[in-house]
Amino acid sequence: MLRVVNFAHGAMYMLGAFATYYGAQLFHVPFFAALIIAPLAVGAFGILLETTLLRRLYGLDPIYNLLLTFALVLVIEDVMRLLAGPLGSPYSTPDALGGITNLGFTLYPTYKLFVIVVSLVVCLAAWWIVELTPVGARIRAATENPVLVRALGIDVRRLVTGTFGVGVALAALAGVLAAPTTNVQPSMGDSVIIYTFAIVVIGGLGSIVGSIAAGFALGLLQTIGAIVFPPISTTLIFIVMVIVIVFRPAGLFGKPESAR
Amino acid sequence: MTQRIGPVALILAVVGLALPWLVYPVVAIDLACFALFAVSLDLLFGFVGLLSFGQALFWGGGGYLAAITLARTHVDAGIAIVIGIVYAMLLAAIVGAIAVRRAGIYFAMITLGVAQIQYFSAFQLTDITGGENGLNLHSRGTLFGFALENDRLYYYVALVLIALAVWFAVRLVRSPFGGVLRAMRENETRTIALGYRVNRYKLAVFTIAGGLAGLAGALYAIGNHLAGLEMVDWHTSGAVVMMTVLGGVGTIFGPIVGAGLFESLDYFVSKMGAFDFFGVHIPSIGEETNMVMGFVFALCVLLFRRGIVGEILARVGKRPGSG
Repeated sequence: MLRVVNFAHGAMYMLGAFATYYGAQLFHVPFFAALIIAPLAVGAFGILLETTLLRRLYGLDPIYNLLLTFALVLVIEDVMRLLAGPLGSPYSTPDALGGITNLGFTLYPTYKLFVIVVSLVVCLAAWWIVELTPVGARIRAATENPVLVRALGIDVRRLVTGTFGVGVALAALAGVLAAPTTNVQPSMGDSVIIYTFAIVVIGGLGSIVGSIAAGFALGLLQTIGAIVFPPISTTLIFIVMVIVIVFRPAGLFGKPESAR
Repeated sequence: MTQRIGPVALILAVVGLALPWLVYPVVAIDLACFALFAVSLDLLFGFVGLLSFGQALFWGGGGYLAAITLARTHVDAGIAIVIGIVYAMLLAAIVGAIAVRRAGIYFAMITLGVAQIQYFSAFQLTDITGGENGLNLHSRGTLFGFALENDRLYYYVALVLIALAVWFAVRLVRSPFGGVLRAMRENETRTIALGYRVNRYKLAVFTIAGGLAGLAGALYAIGNHLAGLEMVDWHTSGAVVMMTVLGGVGTIFGPIVGAGLFESLDYFVSKMGAFDFFGVHIPSIGEETNMVMGFVFALCVLLFRRGIVGEILARVGKRPGSG
């Protein structure tokens, strides 16, 4: 949305998971509280990064933002590795969400069901805010033409900072949700960020609907791929990405325009 | 023109010749290979304005193919290297045809994504690539009948090839072809209006850069007796971007300096023990060198985007490279 490509998004996801883990270890923060506290904490950290570092690069080619956030990934990941060690720490599924739910046609782990519901709700909320509320309209306008929006008396800087913070908080929320399903480890953001990039390229940059649709569709595709022909499941998403670029360079839902 | 970069080239040549007597010869080999790798990226980023975040595709591809050829067939190492380069260029031609349709961030993401395809393939095709363990070479083989086992000898052979490749890159950016590239970087629309088919030019550079990275990777893999997964990993793509930017984008010689600095800093930091800094105890960070590299790189992006050589050239009042 902001024409800021945040390489550090994966790291924020990792921080979210770690915040959950340490919150539980040190302060006995229950999982449901962590769902709110961790994104807030990491989001605040994101805002700090935006105001102190990223903001300095806005006038330049967005490539420099990519480079800076890449550097941040290296720093954040290594700091966590020093603090927490390279190996993962398990985080157990909250009791209330353990077990299996009978969906009628199939049995499904309750926790995964919970994750699906939460992420659907959050995605819909994000789409609703950006597309249908006055704040969303301002954000979209600020992306299109910052100078004009500023002339209308809207503080574009604060808008950008806020949006960045929310984006980071969402990444952290994903991290909290992922904590019980995977090992919480410093490199967990790595694998995610590349998939995320591919999803965004497929869906079209700046199109929330596109990202959501592509995200869910590819998750499904990957699962099917894993069943039909396991070795290909990890590369499938990139193959799809290539095919999409060949036929629709702007992404499935993106408007055709130059990326620069 | 030649006079302007004369001093830089001379210094680099002296350092290049003396290097295996200053550091371990194997380290010298790595340095020289990374230098060429960084030059290949600079050709794209500095002269066409396309940032490839998947350059490890060609570095690793060239490395793996050369290693596979050597391990299986016992042909001359020269042939293995050529096969590595050809494979890298083929890959680059295919990937380039897709990637040059987009610019900027999209270009970076596409190259990154495609490089991941090769990463996972190398990881899973254990029969051919050795999977997680990488592909070990028992011997470097021979080049035109000369055995390459002596590290210093191998270094000088590699240095000659790398110097030729860098010379080729310099010639390229100063040719009329290079002029078109810079025109594209500065004003693509106008270049199109002048009748140039910019995508073909981009594809050509991408392929050439892929070939150079392939050569660097092949020399690196043979030099280390190993083509490992980290050669195709995206962190390697990131590292080479850091070297290039640190040294100076668009200067050709800058990335060489950047690669040298990056590798030595990495080496120094990983060997550094715990120490006290104004009474504060700093523990040894051991393998976690990325923290320092990331920090230095962040400073570089924030404070001196022209890179070290770019900054020096700007201060001395010379135009960086010839562009």
